[in-house]
Amino acid sequence: MKRPAAESKAAAPPRRGGSLAADPRFRAFVVQAILLIAIVWIGWTLFENIRQNLAAQKIASGFGFFGETAGFGISQTLIPYTEESTYGRAFFVGLVNTLIVSALAIVFATILGFAVGIARLSRNVLLARLAEAYVEVLRNLPLLFQILFWYLAVLGTLPGPRQSTPLLGAVYLTNRGIIFPKIGLEPGSGIVFGALGIGFLLALILRFLQRRQMLMGSERRSFGWLTLLLIVGLPALAFVLTGAPVSLKWPELRGFNFVGGARLNPELLALLFALSTYTASFIAEIVRAGVLAVPRGQTEAAFSLGLSRRTTLRRVVAPQAMRLIVPPLTSQYLNITKNSSLAAAIGYPDFFYVFAGTTLNQTGQAIEIIAITMAVYLAISLATAIFMNWYNRAIALKGA
Amino acid sequence: MKRMFCALFVLAGFAVTAPAVNAGVLDDVKNRGVLHCGVTQGLPGFSSPDDKGNWTGLDVDLCRAIAAAIFDDPNKIKYTPLTAKDRFTALQSGEIDVLSRNTTWTLSRDTSLGLNFAGINYYDGQGFMIRKDKKVASALELSGASICTQTGTTSELNVADYFRARNMKYEIVSFTTADETLKAYESGRCDTFTTDVSQLYAMRLKLGNPSDHTVLPEVISKEPLGPVVRHGDDQWFDVVKWVLFAMLNAEEMNITQKNIDEAVKSPNPEVKRLLGSEGNFGEQLGLTRDWVVRIVRHVGNYGESYDRNVGIGSKLGIERGLNRLWNKGGIQYAPPIR
Ligand SMILES: N[C@@H](CCC(=O)N[C@@H](CS)C(=O)NCC(=O)O)C(=O)O
Repeated sequence: MKRPAAESKAAAPPRRGGSLAADPRFRAFVVQAILLIAIVWIGWTLFENIRQNLAAQKIASGFGFFGETAGFGISQTLIPYTEESTYGRAFFVGLVNTLIVSALAIVFATILGFAVGIARLSRNVLLARLAEAYVEVLRNLPLLFQILFWYLAVLGTLPGPRQSTPLLGAVYLTNRGIIFPKIGLEPGSGIVFGALGIGFLLALILRFLQRRQMLMGSERRSFGWLTLLLIVGLPALAFVLTGAPVSLKWPELRGFNFVGGARLNPELLALLFALSTYTASFIAEIVRAGVLAVPRGQTEAAFSLGLSRRTTLRRVVAPQAMRLIVPPLTSQYLNITKNSSLAAAIGYPDFFYVFAGTTLNQTGQAIEIIAITMAVYLAISLATAIFMNWYNRAIALKGA
Repeated sequence: MKRMFCALFVLAGFAVTAPAVNAGVLDDVKNRGVLHCGVTQGLPGFSSPDDKGNWTGLDVDLCRAIAAAIFDDPNKIKYTPLTAKDRFTALQSGEIDVLSRNTTWTLSRDTSLGLNFAGINYYDGQGFMIRKDKKVASALELSGASICTQTGTTSELNVADYFRARNMKYEIVSFTTADETLKAYESGRCDTFTTDVSQLYAMRLKLGNPSDHTVLPEVISKEPLGPVVRHGDDQWFDVVKWVLFAMLNAEEMNITQKNIDEAVKSPNPEVKRLLGSEGNFGEQLGLTRDWVVRIVRHVGNYGESYDRNVGIGSKLGIERGLNRLWNKGGIQYAPPIR
């Protein structure tokens, strides 16, 4: 009959001066310490087993492979890379490819998602229905299917380089991707970029001053034109003064492919289209939910204060909706990065494909490579989450 | 992500298995009653499943021969279809007992990947397939071309070497599976498809109109293909190695599926040793005395397997070439059984 006794003890007021074992805090400490020791022990045993098994099979281990020659080609390299480069460089080529497709997809998915989400709330029935259809179709088809659809059924059916006819004189849509004239920078172009930078800076300062004025209650003056002049006019002036320091390199067909121009690979395009449109369907729902969750009373109150519909949306509804939208939006951004690893299906050389695929296979060092791969995706995800959490705090209700 | 799980599986495999578990694959297979054999996802002639899920091919026959030698039943096999990229991980982790999947023997695979090549069942080399209407007659005219290939292969490395050495430009587009690669080639994403020549012939059969495509004459590499096992189990290594040698020796002695019953009665001492009526060679391997009889009866000798799967008796119709026996003008040569 020990149990009932223990239960009644728990219900009774704590005994003073009892044995240490009866102290719940001490017991909790002991249990946690044992748990910790067990976890460390299991971890160590696993690690030791891995080490011994690898040694027994004489499988290479360590990170020395990073410095060795990769020997394979990669179809999209945004940083310099040749077959003579190292696995370490291939790692970064893949990483840049993942970051670029994710970043672009985040931008496009956000724009499209907000547009569709707001369209779903539109009073125009046709528009709202169209947006609804978009959401239901896109979010209910597997992403892999959509990637393959864009790659094989859309981009794959474009004509070959020799058969294609240029759009607007110099843009070729081919099954090798979109080929267009490359803008080459000539000496002096630095000045134009410099002017652009200065223009932005001045515009920012202007905006800051304007805000301060507004807060201090003085009359509001519009600087819109001046801002535009600074951002566009200044670089344009520099461009003319330096004698247009750019050159256009026209693509021309030589042999199998175009040379000279710039090109967006169909792998990148297909992945980007699929990721953006798919994720946009989820973002649209998040936006719709966010807007609908703002109490009607808020709108009514704004209207009764005499605010216009536009101002009500911009100054009353939107700020409150954003607070609801941002946390689930963060999840969607994280999904984009992770989903981009489906790239392997269409041969887009993203990080997962180049590193956890080709490099792993050629070096055979599965354990190191998988560990690094997990760390890299974790780092990208955490960085995204940290940024979004910061943004979330920045727009949160202050002083509540 | 599926691939990630595969690799994680290795990690888990290494982490929880006791270090000594690698000894005794043969005993494991016997106890289990089924051989785990790693093959392609479907490469006609080498390893491909029919519509009923029965696997056939030159590489499959090797697994069937191993199963026949162990169980006297060539069907006691579980096949694991693997991409080029995942094949070694599957072997290292113990998911399969033997990898028989047109795999090229190279130094790094033999050493740092922790593997052993048990022999060469097909001498091959890398080539290029191209649409006839591109009017290309030689690989040297491929400068500037887009090239499709499968990742995790020697093909991907050789093609880089070939173009680099000749200062020719190219664009490589590599895919995980053979089907993806073929689709991209067929859609015109690439001008040419490169891999081992035998595989080009095999993949060509999968194209809509095979006769629109041709294989260029250049062979740009040496691709000795053979079965692979893990480091650390010499007995199992010997079994796989000698099953292949037995098939070659059987061909050399003209012992076929048809004449095996007479051959058993042959007075020739060499034949007697091979078929186990003299000596205990099978037992030395951990098998039975009649191991070769079982192999030949169920699967046939090397030449029969070749003709049936990739040679003149098959849809591929590839010449024996280098794969003829050494005394018939080829380089297939098996050490003697004695
Ligand atoms: N022999 C080369 C290439 C082997 C290889 O995987 N070739 C591809 C070329 S098509 C193949 O057989 N794929 C079939 C599949 O993945 O199912 C190697 O060992 O790296």
